[in-house]
Amino acid sequence: MPTSNALATILTTKESEIIKRWLELQVESGKKLSSAEQQQTEKSARELMAALKTAAAGNRLGDINSAEWDRARDILGEVSASRARAGYTPSETATFVFSLKQPLFTMLKESLGNDAPALADAVWQTTELLDKLGLFTMETFQKTREEIIGRQQQELLELSTPVVRLWENVLALPLIGTLDSARTQVVMQNLLDAIVQTRSDFAIIDITGVPVVDTLVAQHLLKTVAAARLMGADCLISGIRPQIAQTIIHLGVDLANVTTKATLADAFAVALRRSGLVVTRAENHHGGTAK
Amino acid sequence: MERIPILKMGDFQLVTIQVDMHDRLALTLQDDLMTQIVKQHSRGVLIDISTLEMVDSFIGRMLGSIASMAHLLGAETVVVGMQPSVAITLVELGLSMKGIRTALDVEKGMAALQAAVSASREDGDERPQV
Repeated sequence: MPTSNALATILTTKESEIIKRWLELQVESGKKLSSAEQQQTEKSARELMAALKTAAAGNRLGDINSAEWDRARDILGEVSASRARAGYTPSETATFVFSLKQPLFTMLKESLGNDAPALADAVWQTTELLDKLGLFTMETFQKTREEIIGRQQQELLELSTPVVRLWENVLALPLIGTLDSARTQVVMQNLLDAIVQTRSDFAIIDITGVPVVDTLVAQHLLKTVAAARLMGADCLISGIRPQIAQTIIHLGVDLANVTTKATLADAFAVALRRSGLVVTRAENHHGGTAK
Repeated sequence: MERIPILKMGDFQLVTIQVDMHDRLALTLQDDLMTQIVKQHSRGVLIDISTLEMVDSFIGRMLGSIASMAHLLGAETVVVGMQPSVAITLVELGLSMKGIRTALDVEKGMAALQAAVSASREDGDERPQV
């Protein structure tokens, strides 16, 4: 019997035993699974087993990229992608494939017990095959994770730049988190678009939530202010904390041409005053500090 | 030859740039505008660039020099309706056009121009009415 078919034979004849042992091993080595997850694992295991059986019969064990392995690759891809999304660790995902080794080796030993060279060959082929399948699984896993990270970055970028309308003709842009070139670009674009849309005369950039201001960030802020001015809007910067004020001066950044205020409230007051509005207390107001 | 129309509106000259500006056209506009300011005794110039999608450093500088020249002739200049992308480009080119007044649209630009002109009148810059 040719060795390449030793694997195919045991996959056919001992299928249920292998699956049983395989699932047991996964339960032993992995984390505790819920019954739904267990069912899912069992289902994928059975499908993969069926696919392996067909593929192994095709005599092209060494090349998992060939057409015979399409079905097996699809199943593995699905398993690892869904596990990546569900937050499994890499080793938990890899275990799905690698725990198939032991039952296969045991079965091979049983069927080829007396023929040492044939057994060695069969074991080698099986190991090689499973390693390839394992690598493929990890690659898919990694790719899915990277897709998730990319999407999250994009979402973060969109989330982190809200332009808020404070008053008729007054916009505020509360910045939170570290500013880098890519983010500043989005911020600038969003702010300028909002200025055009709302026909606002004033825009307040609040940097209370920006942890560090270095020369680059200051440069970006100045550019945004200049661009807003070119479009005909007045741009104020607020939320400058004491440390930030010190840093800006130590860095020698010239913010003299920009109106800066310590708090958003101060900047808002400036904007109201410049648009000719006054805030007064209503005469019939009974709450507040009145005794 | 292609020219950009200059409209007279009371004391002001109104220019709406609606075609792609190339350098020759820009220089012609500059020439025509200065001639008109002197001829009509204008007090202000309003340049609307809201349909302009691309501005290079030459056009940017030209807008700046129009403002300075008009100032020499006693007229204030307001540039209105600059697109966000154009503003970003100019800033990235290092042209922040410090001497130019800007406004969001023609309406606000007109108001700014009137305010600027009446401010300079208060400074005693009164001109005999023609």
